[in-house]
Amino acid sequence: MTTMRDPETRAEASPPIAVPAPEETPWRRRHLLDLDDFSVDELGLVMRTTDAMKEVLSREVPRVPALRGTTIVTLFYENSTRTRASFELAGKVLGADVINVSASGSSVTKGESLIDTVKTLQAIGADVLVMRHHRSGAPYLAARHAEAAVVNAGDGLHAHPTQALLDLYTIRGALGDVRGRKVVIVGDVLHSRVARSNMWSLTALGAEVVLCAPPTLLPRGLRDAPEGGLPRVRVETDIDRAIEGADVVMALRMQTERMHGGFVPGMREYSRLYQVNAKRLAHANPGALVLHPGPMNEGVEISHEVAHGLQSHVEEQVANGVAVRMAVLWLITRNTPRGGRTASSRGAL
Amino acid sequence: MSERIIIRGGRVIDPASGHDGIADVLIEDGRISAVGASLDGAGAREIDARGLVVAPGFVDLHAHLRDPGLEYKEDIESGTRAAARGGFTTVCAMPNTEPAMDTRSVIEYVLREAAARASVRVLPIGAVSKGRAGKDLAELGDLAAAGCVAFSDDGAPVHDATLMRLALEYASAFDLPIIDHCEEPSLARDAVMHEGWVAARLGLRGAPAAAEESPVARDIALAATTGAHVHIAHVSTRGAVEEVRRAKARGLRVTTEVTPHHLTLTDETVAFGAGGGDELLYETNAKVNPPLRSQDDVDACVAALADGTIDCVATDHAPHAATEKLCEFDDAAFGISGLETAFGLCMRLVHAKALPLAALVERMTIGPVRALGLDRHVPGLGTLAPGAPGDVVVLDPGAEWTVEPERFASKGKNTPLGGMTLRGTVVATVAGGRVVHETGVPVG
Repeated sequence: MTTMRDPETRAEASPPIAVPAPEETPWRRRHLLDLDDFSVDELGLVMRTTDAMKEVLSREVPRVPALRGTTIVTLFYENSTRTRASFELAGKVLGADVINVSASGSSVTKGESLIDTVKTLQAIGADVLVMRHHRSGAPYLAARHAEAAVVNAGDGLHAHPTQALLDLYTIRGALGDVRGRKVVIVGDVLHSRVARSNMWSLTALGAEVVLCAPPTLLPRGLRDAPEGGLPRVRVETDIDRAIEGADVVMALRMQTERMHGGFVPGMREYSRLYQVNAKRLAHANPGALVLHPGPMNEGVEISHEVAHGLQSHVEEQVANGVAVRMAVLWLITRNTPRGGRTASSRGAL
Repeated sequence: MSERIIIRGGRVIDPASGHDGIADVLIEDGRISAVGASLDGAGAREIDARGLVVAPGFVDLHAHLRDPGLEYKEDIESGTRAAARGGFTTVCAMPNTEPAMDTRSVIEYVLREAAARASVRVLPIGAVSKGRAGKDLAELGDLAAAGCVAFSDDGAPVHDATLMRLALEYASAFDLPIIDHCEEPSLARDAVMHEGWVAARLGLRGAPAAAEESPVARDIALAATTGAHVHIAHVSTRGAVEEVRRAKARGLRVTTEVTPHHLTLTDETVAFGAGGGDELLYETNAKVNPPLRSQDDVDACVAALADGTIDCVATDHAPHAATEKLCEFDDAAFGISGLETAFGLCMRLVHAKALPLAALVERMTIGPVRALGLDRHVPGLGTLAPGAPGDVVVLDPGAEWTVEPERFASKGKNTPLGGMTLRGTVVATVAGGRVVHETGVPVG
């Protein structure tokens, strides 16, 4: 990997991205919908590609024309700050045109169906649809009817694959291999697409995943799945037992709406029983990472001191998110019609 | 126009009489005239049934014909043509139309439309409550007089227990049953499928089996309290089946039905489709209420159908327009268009040796007739007795066919079985002495 800082060279052309060579890249996906069927090799490829993207981001002028001529549409049916900004920046760093479409103030509010919206965006030239939707499975519907690549930026309660990839990248950055590491996911697992995607990638790589939540906030039937139906995870309703010996503690956002649903008696009791705080973190392995997909409710699922303490990698997660999404966009466009046409010139620009 | 028809040389299964053997069936003046060897069929239209099975026309206690008001999904003409293709010669029409079938005038409309346009007999089911709103009793007496054979707010449960109690008592004056769609709404809030590992994987909200079982238990308690007849619609869980089994053992007037899809498909169909596989589909055509359940529930339903705890098969035919399924899973309509696949799908049980063919025929003919007492309205219904309605079906239990929803007679193409191969076809359907379906021969 060469890092070229010479201003003259930069003025003429940005240096190549040190992405993995095509012959060692087993990437055949047209869409990124979830990590449930990712092989160890594919996860490794995303990680290595992210390394290359981190290098690009470390440059004085973090811009490369790798996706020049590619149009990325972010189609968000749900509010989001960090995920959308992260994708937008990732696309721009790679030289793509990025158009942001929100469900409010668009034809969506006029009753247009998802399929029609997808087809319309495709007709105006979208190569990649980065989609956030409040309905589980919506990106699968879009992908079935799209020629453009669909990247799931979070669907309902189901999946958030780029979040899980950036979590993985952050964990590997701190711990190296995740095999045999204990990862505890604490909080509202029932409503968490982050937890669902993380279960797949972490268990695929041999981590021990423990879910910790009150029984009312755990999905039912976790233990009833046949082999391959769900990732093999452990469930623990007592946070102290769960955290014991953990290498990673991931706290999930506790939404105030859940109180009204009656899932827990109130924030006071919830934070008393399930908050990740310094006292509890002391039971984890020394140097254990603290992660949170954000946005955080400090004082509820995580204490202020832990959220901003030495073991917190929350800001790093956000920073890694851009590189991971660059990697995903770069990989996914290898298999779009336009990406295929320009593939020979890409990476060498 | 009824004609003289002779069906020659088939294996005639008439569960009501216990007849099971090779015979001819003669239909004259719209009625069964004789069943026997070498009948004189001079001048009659002849259907060659050698190597095939001949049975009374199927009776469906649970079909949504969507007429009046929702004709874009189905109407009486298309729905009964679908019935004829599926071997059904009698369908009971559920009242969740617009307006609901809660007054005599709407029932009269349905019967008038049926007389003018239907391929098969339509027996209306009246609403329990005005507007199916679950508040005030509809005019059950007037509905009974208009020709309703039962009452139901199907699509919705009769949630108010006192209303259910009063409905059971009031309807008993006309000796008509209440059919309840058993679902506790507070346990099924926002649910779009069965609760279990598949829902956990898909991130979809699930309804637990208890959402069905608790109202089943309530209805049985009310059947005991009132002595009236309650018919549990579309049972789908092991627990519900056990409740019904115990109620029958106590001698209560409790009957029930099960759909072909709850006998053969599990919640995994939502994730992976009826053909299986690894790819997540979020198959909206498998979104149905009650939801497709676990394999254990399916096994319990099959066993209960075999041992008679479940009285009959009913399709819960629920046709929808394409756009109502071509959308996000949460937003899709509940229901499967089931009339045309019912026999082929149920034959899976016969081919798997879980149910003898004669028992399946029973559960689709005299079984449903006895469950609701329909022979009080149509004497001889569901049998091949002389004088019974000329409703006969000719079946080829071993013939394979591929489900092609686009070729359904029903307007509802919503089935998870598209592209699947089923074994068991309906070769011909005779309704009221009229050939209303015959394979290979277009019937107007």
